[in-house]
Amino acid sequence: MRVEITIQRYNVETDVKPRFVDYCLEAGRETTVLLALLKIKSEMDGSLSFRASCRAAICGSCNMQINGVQKLACNTSVFDELDRHGKIVIGPMANMPVIKDMVVDMAPFWDKIRQVKPYVVSHNEHSPVPTAALKTIQDDLHNADACIMCGACLSACNSFEVSPEFVGPAALAKAYRFQVDPRDEIGTNRLAQLQEDGGIWDCVRCVYCVQVCPKEVAPMEQIVRLRRMSIQSGMDTTIGARHITQFVKVVGEEGRLNESRLPLLMLLKHLGKLIQTLPLAIKMLFRGKAVMPFGTPPQGHEVVRAIFKGRKK
Amino acid sequence: MKYAYYPGCAAKGATPELHQSTMKVVDRLGIEVVELEAFNCCGAGVISEADPDLAYLLNARTLATAEVLQLDIMTVCGTCQGVLGGANKALQKDEDLRKRINLELKKTTGLSYNGGVKVKHLQWILVKDLGLEALKKHVSHPLTDISIAPFYGCYILRPDSATGFDDWENPVSLEKIIKALGAFPVEYDSRTKCCGFPVFLEKEEIATEMVEKRISDAKDQGGDAMVTPCPLCHMGLDFNQERAEEKHQAKMGASHKLEMPILHLPQLVGLAMGFSSEELGMKRHLVNPAPLIQKIDVM
Ligand code: SF4
Ligand code: SF4
Ligand code: FES
Repeated sequence: MRVEITIQRYNVETDVKPRFVDYCLEAGRETTVLLALLKIKSEMDGSLSFRASCRAAICGSCNMQINGVQKLACNTSVFDELDRHGKIVIGPMANMPVIKDMVVDMAPFWDKIRQVKPYVVSHNEHSPVPTAALKTIQDDLHNADACIMCGACLSACNSFEVSPEFVGPAALAKAYRFQVDPRDEIGTNRLAQLQEDGGIWDCVRCVYCVQVCPKEVAPMEQIVRLRRMSIQSGMDTTIGARHITQFVKVVGEEGRLNESRLPLLMLLKHLGKLIQTLPLAIKMLFRGKAVMPFGTPPQGHEVVRAIFKGRKK
Repeated sequence: MKYAYYPGCAAKGATPELHQSTMKVVDRLGIEVVELEAFNCCGAGVISEADPDLAYLLNARTLATAEVLQLDIMTVCGTCQGVLGGANKALQKDEDLRKRINLELKKTTGLSYNGGVKVKHLQWILVKDLGLEALKKHVSHPLTDISIAPFYGCYILRPDSATGFDDWENPVSLEKIIKALGAFPVEYDSRTKCCGFPVFLEKEEIATEMVEKRISDAKDQGGDAMVTPCPLCHMGLDFNQERAEEKHQAKMGASHKLEMPILHLPQLVGLAMGFSSEELGMKRHLVNPAPLIQKIDVM
């Protein structure tokens, strides 16, 4: 079947802005986007640039935006895309500087990975290998070790898009992977560093990273685990951590979220911020938006209290 | 068509206009609802950050309550849909999980859940259970020449293993509803992105930057208003718009205004049925919806 593929072309050295070029080619059920690109490059336009190597979803080099979604070109079928979107538009990964066509500068990605100490930190070269603990490590890793460093998650990350200092999904999944390694002797140092701005509390839980990862690393879920570990090891004073602990407290008492009480509790130890938030709170009160922070809890709260009590046991 | 109505904390708290407009619309459409009056929070994905099983317990209680009534659940919150619906799918699929949760639930509440309930957002009910043709029959005041930017937010789409109604890469149900109401659905990239609300307090910069980006995107493509199936997105985009407005004007100059009314889905449907903005609780919004209402009234 003849298909039309639209490709974003851009060369940072010669072009002012990107342009979209249509290519028509023969494709079949077995044609992947990568095969189509290779065909275009060899038969129509040798100047087309993209990265690829393994053609088998292993090396992680061929990630790009296909119909606006970060995908491995070698693992994406042209027909499936047509079925799903009715068109095929290809461009480079977002959130990273474009060098040429689909080739982006991955420096931001690698910088982030390096930031989290992505290795086993050991103080003694001759530490005995904890063989027994390593046998069960798979259960704790939750697939965080499956990352092929393709960059899809960082490219799709809604938080990184607006806040380049955010260390991002892949690096945090990596941090988690080493944090649970029984050979790692870093203790809470890595976690402590991740409490800062740009760390785990910058994730907005948009779920994009989970959705676009070709290897089911589920970075957001690993971030959640890092958050849980932080709170459990006493790092619970950031507003982000208090968002969780105080949310649980309010629902445990009232059965529901009280949107006036939660911010008060979250900001209790952050007075400056509390004062900053007051004008908005007052506005909400006038629009009938703010429920009373302290009042009779709603119907059903006794049952919820019982559930929480049972849980504590 | 009859559902157990799960309002969620927001519709019964900070966005009562969502509950108010839902009631108006379902009544007019002949959708029968039994409100779960003693409902509990779904956990919003926050409780599971502390303790996943606790979140399962809370949602299993909700599901078990609806199961006793032999009704499927209707949600009106994208976040509730993602979290309660996701918990439902997990409990239905994973028998070990269901057994473990039921054991504990039974002890504390006497309830247990057998997996017999479906969880559906009002948005999905309008498109599928009711159907767009039936919806159109109730449109007495078509929103002709009004451009509406659909804003899905995160949890009604992602992860798609928990939702599975729209294709998360290319959702269409809000667009279909907007068209059925006679309005024009705006095409823009931001429609499936995050509204910033989850970090509204802790990471103000990030949240505000997101709001500015989403709304200016909708505005650039000609949106008169945005509509969302999630009250948390509503809060993110409405409550935080003043700060985003400052940011926007700093970037673009003082003459560039966002001034984007953010509507709950049933409010938009209600307008096309001829309900007044008072009846739909639109006075409670921080961003004044009056220009939109005037434009609709002139049409
Ligand atoms: S869930 Fe968090 S880390 Fe993942 S893409 Fe969204 S903001 Fe980024
Ligand atoms: S976590 Fe997944 S999406 Fe992110 S770089 Fe690794 S393989 Fe790619
Ligand atoms: S070419 Fe190696 S992952 Fe696609």
